[in-house]
Amino acid sequence: MSAANENELVKLNAAQMAEKIRNKEVSSRELVDAELDVINAAEPELHAFLHVSADEARAQADEFDKKNAAGETEGLPELAGVPIAIKDMIVTKGIPTTAASKILEGWVPPYDATVIKKLKAAGMPLLGKTNLDEFAQGSSTEHSAFGPTHNPWDTERVPGGSGGGSASAVAAFEAPLALGTDTGGSIRQPGSLTGTVGVKPTYGGVSRFGAIAMASSLDQIGPVSRNVLDSALLQEVIGGHDVRDSTSIPMDVPPIAKAAREGYKRDLKGVRVGLVKQLSGDGYQPGVEARFNEAVKLLQDMGAEVVEVDCPHFDYALAAYYIIMPSEVSSNLARYDGMRYGLRVMPPEGVPQTAANMMAYTREAGFGDEVKRRIILGIYALSAGYYDAWYGSAQKVRTLIIDDFNKAFEKADVLVAPTSPTTAFKFGEKMNDPLTMYMSDVATIPANMAGTPAMSIPAGLSDDGLPVGFQFMAPQKHDEQMYKPAAALEAALEEQWGGPIWQSLKTPWLGDNANAAK
Amino acid sequence: MPTFTRETVEHLGHLAQIALTDEEATRMQGELNVIADSINKVQEVASDDVEPTANPVPLEAYLRPDVPEKPLTREEALSGAPATEDGMFVAPRILGGDE
Repeated sequence: MSAANENELVKLNAAQMAEKIRNKEVSSRELVDAELDVINAAEPELHAFLHVSADEARAQADEFDKKNAAGETEGLPELAGVPIAIKDMIVTKGIPTTAASKILEGWVPPYDATVIKKLKAAGMPLLGKTNLDEFAQGSSTEHSAFGPTHNPWDTERVPGGSGGGSASAVAAFEAPLALGTDTGGSIRQPGSLTGTVGVKPTYGGVSRFGAIAMASSLDQIGPVSRNVLDSALLQEVIGGHDVRDSTSIPMDVPPIAKAAREGYKRDLKGVRVGLVKQLSGDGYQPGVEARFNEAVKLLQDMGAEVVEVDCPHFDYALAAYYIIMPSEVSSNLARYDGMRYGLRVMPPEGVPQTAANMMAYTREAGFGDEVKRRIILGIYALSAGYYDAWYGSAQKVRTLIIDDFNKAFEKADVLVAPTSPTTAFKFGEKMNDPLTMYMSDVATIPANMAGTPAMSIPAGLSDDGLPVGFQFMAPQKHDEQMYKPAAALEAALEEQWGGPIWQSLKTPWLGDNANAAK
Repeated sequence: MPTFTRETVEHLGHLAQIALTDEEATRMQGELNVIADSINKVQEVASDDVEPTANPVPLEAYLRPDVPEKPLTREEALSGAPATEDGMFVAPRILGGDE
């Protein structure tokens, strides 16, 4: 296939690719090869991947194509045959999985996460493992032990985090789809900073079996894509009950692809949209607020009723999150002890060569600064004497946040806010100031605390030329309530722009300006 | 007095089984106190009449169907281990240290 044709192919969205596969206009293998070419060309600039599983992806694609030719793909999900990238926080049998940490460098899992099994059953080839902040702890990917990912909109800026690799890969056309994990915004905030669609489903809506645990009461796997429908289709593949995850909700995936398709009709009459008073104002970049307000106007123009909702305890969400999350991190990361898998570092000479000392030196060498900081903070929060003041209080704040959501959902079907207060920032800008970095997730954290589904879609470019994210939040187990208005807004914005946001992205790695690429 | 004294950080490092360097402990002490100041505010609204929430989507505990299946083989389970011998994990000695 010629480079020009390949470029056309990789710029399709996932549902379009799937349609071409069904019509036998293109094979899964051709799609995989095209994406691998883009990955080869773009990776020196972006570093979105920690591992490219080219051989496995080709083999999976060939297997699918064989079945497709034999007419054995009936009943597979709509996205069958479309390749996908996986955040390196999700275990993949036979493919290295590191959580971007030195403590897991070189580890090859002996089993697949449930979501990976589902993707394989759907005939979706795995292109590779994407970069992240170590153990998904950070908002920029600068905390990756293997170097940061760059934002395709401006390679001197971060792609957000922790799932910056998945977001960058999808934005740069290295993959049409990716999986992320979202504990405090790790799918949505990178979505906002890279112009991608990122969804955190209802807590328990997608199995976490095989997702490396960070903060178990907050973690959720979800889709990354270039449009709303693609995320809905992907969530339908990976969602649903799993007996291997005790927090998995025993119910089917809500009708989200149907809701997205309904949304594209751009009729929002009868939809009540709640503007969250607490998620605006101080700290929000003027360009972010401008795009957000224009998008709200578009929702109104399509017939939505816009009301303001008051969620006073959202002001305490960030503080409560930075108690509950590190507490759970300190417990979950206790398993990295140098005994059964991962790194082992023996103590230096002169220090007794005991198991306990081995653990302490292994964890010192294997964990990065941010991870150590959170473990120590979490151990403190859970320690006798401080438990009630910090952890106990934070769990109460969690109740108050859920109450705020419940009251807001009496007045509105879906809540909206900017996804992140700022557009993509420069490397190093927030690295020496953890608190400022944490503020990046101020608008995404409430949904994790309450277990509600939430998603980010691009609302346009700020005056700095960088993408702005628009966030929808829906009631628990009703993910469809955000997919419909999100799809409607996407369609309205694309009409205004005369095409998707991607037409504004310069992609030198696709050989846009030179034909010498191939 | 700040929430995190130097001694607190060293003690927590010990509990966390992380052999922090002096430089790390110093830096972390400063950072943790800034974070502590900002998260203390949770106490402002956490009154006695509010129930705590652990799981935002509470479920009844259930057991999965008792169906036999093939677990990881011993070889697979040991495949990532730093050291093995005779089909077992090899660990450094437990006793004989300074603790």
